[in-house]
Amino acid sequence: MPTYTLRINGTAHDVQADADDTLLSVLRDDLDLVGARYGCGEGQCGSCTVLVDNRAMRSCVAKVSAVAKAQIVTIEGLATNGVLHPVQQAFLEVEAFQCGYCTSGMVMATVALLRTTPSPTDADIARVLDRNVCRCGTHTRIVRAVHLAAERLRAVTPSAGADGRLGEPALPQVAQEAQR
Amino acid sequence: MTARHDETFEVERYELSSPPTWRFALERRTFLAIFATVGSGLLVAATQARGQESGRTGSQGSAPTDVKAWVHVSEDGRITGYTGKTEIGQNIRTSLAQAIADELHVPLDRVSLVMADTDLVPFDQGTFGSLSTPRMAPVLARAAATAREMLLDRAAAQLGAPRASLTCDAGQITGGGRNVGFGDLVKGRQLTGVVPADAPLMPRSAWKVRGTPAPKVDGRRFVTGEHRYTPDLTRPGMLHGRMLRPPGYTGTLTTVDDSGARGMDGVTVVRDGTFAGVVASSARLARRAASAIKAEWTVPDGLPTATTLYDHLKATASTAAGGRGSTPTQTGDPAKARTAAARTFAATYRIPYIAHVPLEPRAAVAEWEGDRLTVWTGTQRPFGVRSELATAFRIPEDRVRVIVPDTGSAYGGKHTGEQAVEAARLAKAVNRPVKVVYSRPEEFSFGYLRPAGVIEIAAAVDAEGRLTAWEFDNWNSGGAGLATPYDVPNVRTQFHAAESPLRQGSYRGLASTANHHAREMHMDAIARALGVDAVEYRLRHLTNDRMRAVLQAAARGAGWPKPSVDGRGLGIACGTDKGSYIATAAEVSRTDNVLKVERLVVAYECGAIVNPDGLRHQVEGAIIQGLGGALFEAITFANGAITNGNMAKYRVPRFKDVPSIELLLLDRPDLPSVGAGETPIVCVAPAIGSAARTFGAVADALPVRFA
Ligand code: FES
Ligand code: FES
Repeated sequence: MPTYTLRINGTAHDVQADADDTLLSVLRDDLDLVGARYGCGEGQCGSCTVLVDNRAMRSCVAKVSAVAKAQIVTIEGLATNGVLHPVQQAFLEVEAFQCGYCTSGMVMATVALLRTTPSPTDADIARVLDRNVCRCGTHTRIVRAVHLAAERLRAVTPSAGADGRLGEPALPQVAQEAQR
Repeated sequence: MTARHDETFEVERYELSSPPTWRFALERRTFLAIFATVGSGLLVAATQARGQESGRTGSQGSAPTDVKAWVHVSEDGRITGYTGKTEIGQNIRTSLAQAIADELHVPLDRVSLVMADTDLVPFDQGTFGSLSTPRMAPVLARAAATAREMLLDRAAAQLGAPRASLTCDAGQITGGGRNVGFGDLVKGRQLTGVVPADAPLMPRSAWKVRGTPAPKVDGRRFVTGEHRYTPDLTRPGMLHGRMLRPPGYTGTLTTVDDSGARGMDGVTVVRDGTFAGVVASSARLARRAASAIKAEWTVPDGLPTATTLYDHLKATASTAAGGRGSTPTQTGDPAKARTAAARTFAATYRIPYIAHVPLEPRAAVAEWEGDRLTVWTGTQRPFGVRSELATAFRIPEDRVRVIVPDTGSAYGGKHTGEQAVEAARLAKAVNRPVKVVYSRPEEFSFGYLRPAGVIEIAAAVDAEGRLTAWEFDNWNSGGAGLATPYDVPNVRTQFHAAESPLRQGSYRGLASTANHHAREMHMDAIARALGVDAVEYRLRHLTNDRMRAVLQAAARGAGWPKPSVDGRGLGIACGTDKGSYIATAAEVSRTDNVLKVERLVVAYECGAIVNPDGLRHQVEGAIIQGLGGALFEAITFANGAITNGNMAKYRVPRFKDVPSIELLLLDRPDLPSVGAGETPIVCVAPAIGSAARTFGAVADALPVRFA
């Protein structure tokens, strides 16, 4: 079985997996990073969403071999030194969850959304988060949380750079040279 | 005093002049377990007072024992509530802690709850029927209030101050210029108390913590992903299990060639009668091993399909099977009234099976220690699952412990413990802890569904258009909410049990949703046929003030009878279930054949409003779930297999489906609060169906489609 070096939350992990094993199964079963939840395994519910090179990706349909060179951030890697990421903070304050099973995926999808769209409209939010299911029906609060997070992030960096980098805390990365 | 107690404890009672009205046996074993776990302190047991809050009248002389709770005050002054209820997203871990904190005058962060651990909590029937908070909160509050009074008794003695002069705040009791903490009052003791029948609760006006929007207990663990649902649990040495399943929802295993799996490193194949599964060192390997097994299944011929289902239900109806509502209820003579009527209106409504689709699928981790079994699993009935396990393995219930981690929702879909039995059987075979997590397709096919049903209504009106007869027959979808709230002199209602081809069970709102849909669509059709405004027509037949109030509020809020945007359709429906009242107005648009819900105006009254913010959250959740059943959801099946059993094919509401929702909460401080997690679902579909009729005839089946 081949070995892949995955760069997750700023740490390089060697994992043995088949090329078509999914990132979600590696996260959960090999690395015990269980914040990405299994909801459907078919790319439909979004509860397994993680960031792969800053883009939201459903880890249950991402093959390990396809993400081996990427910077991966999971919900566990968002908070820095115990300080919640503004998106997490907004979800917490608005209490944009009931059972919370969709929350990891919603938070990760929102982080990705706000990187490209710092001032999303309700329609922007609905379009992007439409890929994430909240079966408890918390939609209106989630929209409120996204707006609150966007507002906070804009306040940190009033003029987001042209590259879309916002004033959010730096997400963990593994430097290339740190790799074996 | 009649309460029995265990002599090994030093028993203290808060003495009131009136004796308790029931006999209460302390669960000695469990109390010992709690003292062993949390150390010494004070433990108070409470049960539901007769007829309390629920509006039910308990039968005289028999003690209601279905709602029990304990409160423990530890040596460090921390308070723990013990309840068999489960947290499935309805936020009771917080709201129940609030009730305890209030009565003991401590800040919320001093209180925690042990929930749904059968070794540590009192027996509980289950978390369903949206009754958890309305029935459990006062029981915990009573226990807390009794604990407070006992602490005051002890403090009076210890401080040498008159009891009436004592004040109690933030876990400290002050009097005679000195103070003493809760913890010091119980140090080194194992004190127990039983709640007197009429333990006084604080008046609502004195509430400080209850009724305020407190931040969710453990909320941070959800936004950081730290919380572990059952599928996320691990145990030392744990292996992963997977069941061998038929391709559809049914089938008998005929031949198995498991050599492919047996040859794999780290794989064990487990066979026991019709049971077959694999255990492996990783979930991936378990999946591979299961698919390496060549199995053949026979599926009986001629099984009903989604199309023949409704005929099948009627054909298999048997009054013998019984169930709620199966004895016909009749007033007057509806058959005669129909023959004398000016016009009659008959229709059949068909309700498909729908799936709960909780995002957390069924999962269990099972671990044996000799003949003792511990299972972690997401269920609404921890004690029910304990019984299932005890029966399956022929061991006494007290050797089985079921622990329910806060669960990724259920909506009535997690009453059973098949996943627990499967994990336990696999774990027994390998003598290691085993985890089983259902795949989404397994969850569709091997969980259970909201019952399908056929509803026939025959109504009649006189020359003035007044309803004179109402006959209502429901096949299979259930007996709740059969009665019509409208004034009709001649009424017959009946539920007919039938043979369900698919496994069926509870669901949020259950039968009431189906029965409301049929009844309100029928009222709407009659009003239309008579050319009478649908709100006006209902009001003519409604004397119940609470129902009238919600209907009028929703109509006013929606701008009835005109939609807010020209070209849209506006529809309305009203109803009542579990003691609360709901009216829903829906505004829809049509593009080609596609319906879109643009706006919902919902008026809801569930007695006194305790926490408006929390209530909105619950009500909105129920409404949005109702959108699915109204617009898309229906299980399709043929040849023994569900044909849309995954999330790509079975669509549930998503962000783009959610309309603007205006919620009008009617407060009735003079009435007790009742559970709000279910009822708001019941009028979503008929309001949408009624609105759709603006554009043309709609089919008689759910989801709402143009005919
Ligand atoms: S689990 Fe990945 S999208 Fe549902
Ligand atoms: S909060 Fe339960 S699925 Fe979103």
